[in-house]
Amino acid sequence: MLIDWFTITAQALNFLILVWLLKRFLYKPILHALDAREKRIATELADADTKKADAQKERDEFQHKNEEFAHQRAALLNKATAEAEAERQRLLDEARQAAVTLRAKQQESLRDEQRSLHQALSRRTSQEVFAIARKALNDLADTSLEERMVDVFMRRLRALKGKEKEALVSALKASPDPLIVRTTFGLSPALATATEEAIKETLGLEMQVRFETAPGLISGIELAANGKKVAWSIAEYLNSLEQGVAELLKDKNSPAAAEALSPEEPQPVP
Amino acid sequence: MRLSPDEIIFWQQGFIKLNATIVFTWALMFVLAGGAKLITRNLATGLERSRWQNLLEVVVTGIEKQIEEVGLKHPRKFLPFLGTLFLFVASASLCTVIPGYEPPTGSLSTTAALALCVFVAVPLFGIEEQGLGGYFKSYMEPTIFMLPFNIISEISRTLALAVRLFGNMMSGGMIIAILLSITPFLFPLVMTALGLLTGMVQAYIFSILATVYIAAAAHVRKEKPEGITNHETMNDDSKRR
Repeated sequence: MLIDWFTITAQALNFLILVWLLKRFLYKPILHALDAREKRIATELADADTKKADAQKERDEFQHKNEEFAHQRAALLNKATAEAEAERQRLLDEARQAAVTLRAKQQESLRDEQRSLHQALSRRTSQEVFAIARKALNDLADTSLEERMVDVFMRRLRALKGKEKEALVSALKASPDPLIVRTTFGLSPALATATEEAIKETLGLEMQVRFETAPGLISGIELAANGKKVAWSIAEYLNSLEQGVAELLKDKNSPAAAEALSPEEPQPVP
Repeated sequence: MRLSPDEIIFWQQGFIKLNATIVFTWALMFVLAGGAKLITRNLATGLERSRWQNLLEVVVTGIEKQIEEVGLKHPRKFLPFLGTLFLFVASASLCTVIPGYEPPTGSLSTTAALALCVFVAVPLFGIEEQGLGGYFKSYMEPTIFMLPFNIISEISRTLALAVRLFGNMMSGGMIIAILLSITPFLFPLVMTALGLLTGMVQAYIFSILATVYIAAAAHVRKEKPEGITNHETMNDDSKRR
């Protein structure tokens, strides 16, 4: 008998038990492991995608920031350059201005120095002239400079005629103050009296005369009132002396200057 | 001449007996289940895994893919039953290389038991998929007159399943036994190799047929009426024109 019903039953049961055993020990764990691996791979891939996306995003952001930074840097650099240029210009202008001011000050001080030198020179010259004249008059004519000065002054006073005299008289009359005669040197009482008399006599005035000494006066003697004056001074002598000296200096300097300038100066076309 | 390992009886008490078929089946069960437990004891879920685990994964995914290719949409539901059918039959054939071993599949009782399991499993899976009415209605397709023929087909194919496997396995063992007595050295070796091949082919055929029967019960019979309906509708339309 090929078919044994007990064996068939036993085998069917055995097969069902084997199905259960393999399901328990083979299919379930293997499929579980496969699923877990697939899930893990999927997770890792998703993670990788996320990371890639993040990296891309960060890269973009970084690039954007970099560009922005470059722009900012360029802008700042431009601004700094412009500011530096403006500052340089300002400093240059300031320096130029300071140089101009300094030069003007120097010129001004130079001018002041020249002026004071000129004044000192004039004063000294007049003193020298007076000293020389005084000595020469003393030696030659046995007379003093003051006497001659008063003499010349009185002659000029007498020489006034017509309108000039009237104008002077009216000016003197209009002045509320007494007549003032200024001299460089103090007059002796005799000379002062003579002068006073001469003035009264010539101008026909009965006014008090006051004598004042003005050492700084260039001229020798003067009578001044209300814008009119009669005087004798050595100012014109000094002026002519000055002119003579200036011309002398000019004559001395000009040839050298002319020679120094001549090679550079363009020749005038005829 | 011994045709079946059923005839080797180790122990018997009345109706109950312990023959070679049952003993070798137990041995196979022990090896299969024990080996599976041993390998799947510590499975790796990462990319690195042992070669034994790899082998089992290849086998399991291969069976799963085969079931899917036949047309079952959720192969994991059918995997334990169909996979065990294949593994049992295949390992029973594979062990024929061991001297003194008698394949349990060389017993008609074993193949009949397996065929009976398939015979029971097909309507069970069919009812689970289509419902009781839907499944039994499929026996009356296309007309009620087809009912006896369908039932006969169901029984005969189960019988064919059992006898085919038994015939092949039994004949393989028989040929080796005969050749051993005629030409001892070379031919039995070649025939053993051929027996291994036929054993694997039979395992594949047995399991794939079971899969096809289950798929036919669970899946194809469900879609068939829709197709016919569409076809009829189209015919109706063409007639109207």
